[in-house]
Amino acid sequence: MDKEPNNNPGETSVSVPDEQKQRKQRNLAIALGLGAFMLIVFLVTILRIGGAVADRPF
Amino acid sequence: MDTMRDDTPNEASYALAGPRDYFSLLKPRVMSLVIFTAFVGMVAAPGTIHPGLAAVSLLSIAVGAGASGALNMWWDADIDAVMSRTAGRPIPAGLVPKAEAAAFGGFLSALSVALLALASNYLAAGLLAFTIFFYVVIYSMWLKRLTPQNIVIGGAAGALPPVVGWAAVSGSTPLEPWILFAVIFLWTPPHFWALALFKQGDYERAGVPMLPVVEGDRATRRQIFGYSIVLAFAGMSPFVVGMAGYLYLAVSVVLGAWFVALAWKVLNTDQSDHGPAKKLFGFSILYLFAIFATILVESVTGLHG
Repeated sequence: MDKEPNNNPGETSVSVPDEQKQRKQRNLAIALGLGAFMLIVFLVTILRIGGAVADRPF
Repeated sequence: MDTMRDDTPNEASYALAGPRDYFSLLKPRVMSLVIFTAFVGMVAAPGTIHPGLAAVSLLSIAVGAGASGALNMWWDADIDAVMSRTAGRPIPAGLVPKAEAAAFGGFLSALSVALLALASNYLAAGLLAFTIFFYVVIYSMWLKRLTPQNIVIGGAAGALPPVVGWAAVSGSTPLEPWILFAVIFLWTPPHFWALALFKQGDYERAGVPMLPVVEGDRATRRQIFGYSIVLAFAGMSPFVVGMAGYLYLAVSVVLGAWFVALAWKVLNTDQSDHGPAKKLFGFSILYLFAIFATILVESVTGLHG
């Protein structure tokens, strides 16, 4: 594993494989959470507006 | 650089926090009871809601409850660290930084309230916001370290989910959901004081003025017994107001009497014997679950009222 570039002087964190693995999992959880949130908002929009989505002045 | 690392021993473990540690900030076990009571409130309420919107509403209520749990862990990290029951939580265990728990909880609070407003209505969203505010500000920040009545008043936060669920479906909060509120509200003191009886040392060390610490063991046992009697009667009130049927009446009478009998045993044991208090604590969870499960069954099968 390559050492991550340290952009933050004063921070001593060195990426060891375990840390990288957990970071990857955290990122994955955030991605899934955001994806789920988008889907939910879309679903709610469709369910609340339903067929009336076309009822608007053009 | 090395000395800095020595000064911050948690830094290395922060980087090792996984999604599971953040999830446990949401107090999943408390959340499960919130989901259940809110769901019963939704099913018992008159009116209809699209199942998809109902699911999103329930999710919002669950996330809101979880968010308030994360904010509670942020505020009470110092207390949690010295109590054996809570020392393993992500912040005192050195897995999640305090500031991240605060941001996580605050973000999810806002998100859950907004999502509930989109999926149901502003009344339900407002009630959810109030629940989070009450648990975090009124209970955690203000009352918990101030008075032995902390969990009595703070219990309102835990009692609100069925009201939020009811409001999400029907858009109103008549007497019925407040009856459910009252049952949980009156259930909270005997439930937590039974726990405090056998975890008294924890609360003493942490400086939390729980009733056994401030008023002593005897007074706590008397209060538990008193509340149990009130709870047993309050437990029957859904039948009295006509929102539950005879099955519910039978369940609430039997379990209410059982609750009082266990509290009587707690009253008549001395300080050294924690057995009855532990039994009452365990039974109290079963009691609340059974009471709400019966309302659920009656609502679904049409046996109520």
